[in-house]
Amino acid sequence: MRKIYLLIAALPLLAACNHQENAAQNPSDASFESKLQQQLLDAKPGSVIDIPAGHYSLKRGLSLRTSGVTIRGAGMDKTVLSFKGQIVGPEGLLVNADDFTVENLAIEDTMGDALKINQGKNITIHGVRIEWTGGPKSTNGAYGLYPVKTQNVLIEDSVVIGASDAGIYVGQSNTIVVRRNRAEQNVAGIEIENSVNADVYDNITTKNTGGILVFNMPNLSQAGRATRVFHNKVFANNTGNFAKKGAAVASVPAGSGVVVNSNDKVEIFDNDIADNQTANVIISSYFSTNYYNTRGVAADYNPYPKGIYVYGNRFKGGGDSPDGLKLKTLKTAMYGINGSFPDVVWDGYADTKHQPDGLPPPNDRICIQDANGVLNVDGPHDYKSPSTDTKPFQCTLPKLPPVALNPEPKV
Amino acid sequence: MQKKMWRRGLLLFALLCLAACHHGMEPVAFHDDGYPAKLSDWHVVEARDGVLQLNEGVVPYELNTPLFTDYAHKLRTIWMPKGVSAKYSPTDTFDFPVGTIISKTFFYPIPKNGARNATDVARTYDTSRDFIAPGQGLNLAEAHLIETRLLIRRKDGWLAIPYVWNAGQTDAMLARTGDVQALTLVSDSGERENFNYVVPDQSQCASCHARDWTTRTIQPIGPKARHLNRDYRYADGDENELAHLIRVGYLAGAPSPADAPRNANWMDTHASLDARARAYLDINCGHCHNPKGAANTTGLTLDIATPEDRHIGICKPPTAAGQGTGDHLFDIVPGHPDDSILPYRLSSTETGTMMPELGRSTMHREGVALIKAWIAAQSGDCMVLH
Repeated sequence: MRKIYLLIAALPLLAACNHQENAAQNPSDASFESKLQQQLLDAKPGSVIDIPAGHYSLKRGLSLRTSGVTIRGAGMDKTVLSFKGQIVGPEGLLVNADDFTVENLAIEDTMGDALKINQGKNITIHGVRIEWTGGPKSTNGAYGLYPVKTQNVLIEDSVVIGASDAGIYVGQSNTIVVRRNRAEQNVAGIEIENSVNADVYDNITTKNTGGILVFNMPNLSQAGRATRVFHNKVFANNTGNFAKKGAAVASVPAGSGVVVNSNDKVEIFDNDIADNQTANVIISSYFSTNYYNTRGVAADYNPYPKGIYVYGNRFKGGGDSPDGLKLKTLKTAMYGINGSFPDVVWDGYADTKHQPDGLPPPNDRICIQDANGVLNVDGPHDYKSPSTDTKPFQCTLPKLPPVALNPEPKV
Repeated sequence: MQKKMWRRGLLLFALLCLAACHHGMEPVAFHDDGYPAKLSDWHVVEARDGVLQLNEGVVPYELNTPLFTDYAHKLRTIWMPKGVSAKYSPTDTFDFPVGTIISKTFFYPIPKNGARNATDVARTYDTSRDFIAPGQGLNLAEAHLIETRLLIRRKDGWLAIPYVWNAGQTDAMLARTGDVQALTLVSDSGERENFNYVVPDQSQCASCHARDWTTRTIQPIGPKARHLNRDYRYADGDENELAHLIRVGYLAGAPSPADAPRNANWMDTHASLDARARAYLDINCGHCHNPKGAANTTGLTLDIATPEDRHIGICKPPTAAGQGTGDHLFDIVPGHPDDSILPYRLSSTETGTMMPELGRSTMHREGVALIKAWIAAQSGDCMVLH
């Protein structure tokens, strides 16, 4: 009796439970994907995961949680991990580990962020290409190379194209070198946010909305300071802003070269900065993002950029076609239809509570040299009384020491 | 008619063997190394005689407000070796002894008005068909098993191991790299929704279970006082889960349930909107959005301890939402759910936009409605400074 009932009960089950994969995937891609997942799961400190040349289609986000692992491809144009049609995220590759190296491969078309390293020390990214192959679109993933809450970070010889937020984004991190990379067609080419001790040099940023950004956002684990931006080529970053509103970078006008927002101790020197149509250099405060409100922002947040030093850059063109009606109107009113903003534009928000002599304390000043002018757009009064007086900016600041990675990366 | 008869027969059979069933199972086997290939190697829960049986000493439990997983139903169990017990904490996951095995089986009831097939599963809150009898195993004639996840407390810490049920529903197989299954949710009124049920890979288990991303150690999420402080219908009657765990020797140092914290049941319309929404955010978001979790990079905390101000998102500008803002400026705009990022991301099923990032492929309609109602009832505004 019992057996009969069992048999009857089991029959529909047998017929019914034949699972099928939803997204059609090439069997060789599927087996590559599960093999790579398995390698990431089985990795031990010291493991090197070699991915041979090839174009691999992946449907699921990868993650690594073991320290001391290297992931290595055969070249940024030879080993391609394509996430086109990805069905599970959230990232392309998520890493929560120390002593991590990734090199010589490409990650393409992730739905979300491409390569996120969340909390880890001694991170090296070398020769990696991140690309959204359909060009700049607001549906592209937000961040390309995305170390956050990391220490001792090197990003070099890499390429990021098409991120709908920042191509190379280092957030809430310490001791950072970003060098010899190319970032194009992102909203922000390179962004250093709430980070301490960063050197950004020998990079090329072009065709982004903004070339290189040094930002401080409220409510985060640390305030950023001490970033040097030098010997970069920052030109023609004039792509219309394609970030969704609300994102910090959505406030960046198209045509921005180097932008400092609310960050402190930023040194910008020896760069070639050209043809960024809003301005080659913008110095601004969080007020200008239009997100500042007392309920949503920590009371101890400092929205003013302090100790900003711009000198020895080679400027060319730019400022001739600023983004947004207000800036356009201002430019035409002040410089005429064929005129241009000067090399440096400041939004005019100053911490007046800490200006005993009408000027910030010496180390908190904005010092600008070797530029064809500075425009204070008078943001606090809705651009009513802009000023081209360069006297407040005639000063020098102590130079920042170079960033020394310790330990030095092995690559 | 025929169907009814065999159902009744199965029930009768099940009742008959209730007392004896788990005695047919070998004792629970704690493996202190490696990855056993089959779920049945552990002898915690096993598909036998048309029932997903719980072995002796395997105690089922539920949470006041559970994590949403594409409308899946869940059978959660705890087992511990003899002579040891977990240490109570009023706020954190209980401190479980080495040897503990926690299981969570994800399953769906079979749709009511359709023939059983490989992919149709019911979208329903009705759990009346799930168990063969109160406190007993799952009725496999009415349930489609998807996966069973184990959390194993070994000497060097917790380990998460996913198992996926086979086509015959006879056993679940080790699936360290997870799985994707194309299923269709069928509502009681026959409405259909195709989706990919995603079994996380072993590393993704830690995305939620690593509560601290610096130490990276993983922890169970559910077995906390505030989630377990509720009644459960055990075989021998209703009892508070904390009290039951104490009685069977699995929990030590706990106060009486009346003195323990308790989250609201998110569906309990007698509870305040605030208590329901906070319980919902706590279990669905708090494992990442807490001061030490994966999302502590965002400045947004959603666990139960978070003060109801900018920390929980009120007027807070997003930090790393990217395209996930949906063109909205703040996480929560009091009184304006449709201008708030939180419900926008909860409503999305797009990778890169949706929250939680893992563990669902469909929108939780009723959960989103709750969060929207909660935001709609908030007052004040987010006045921007210039």
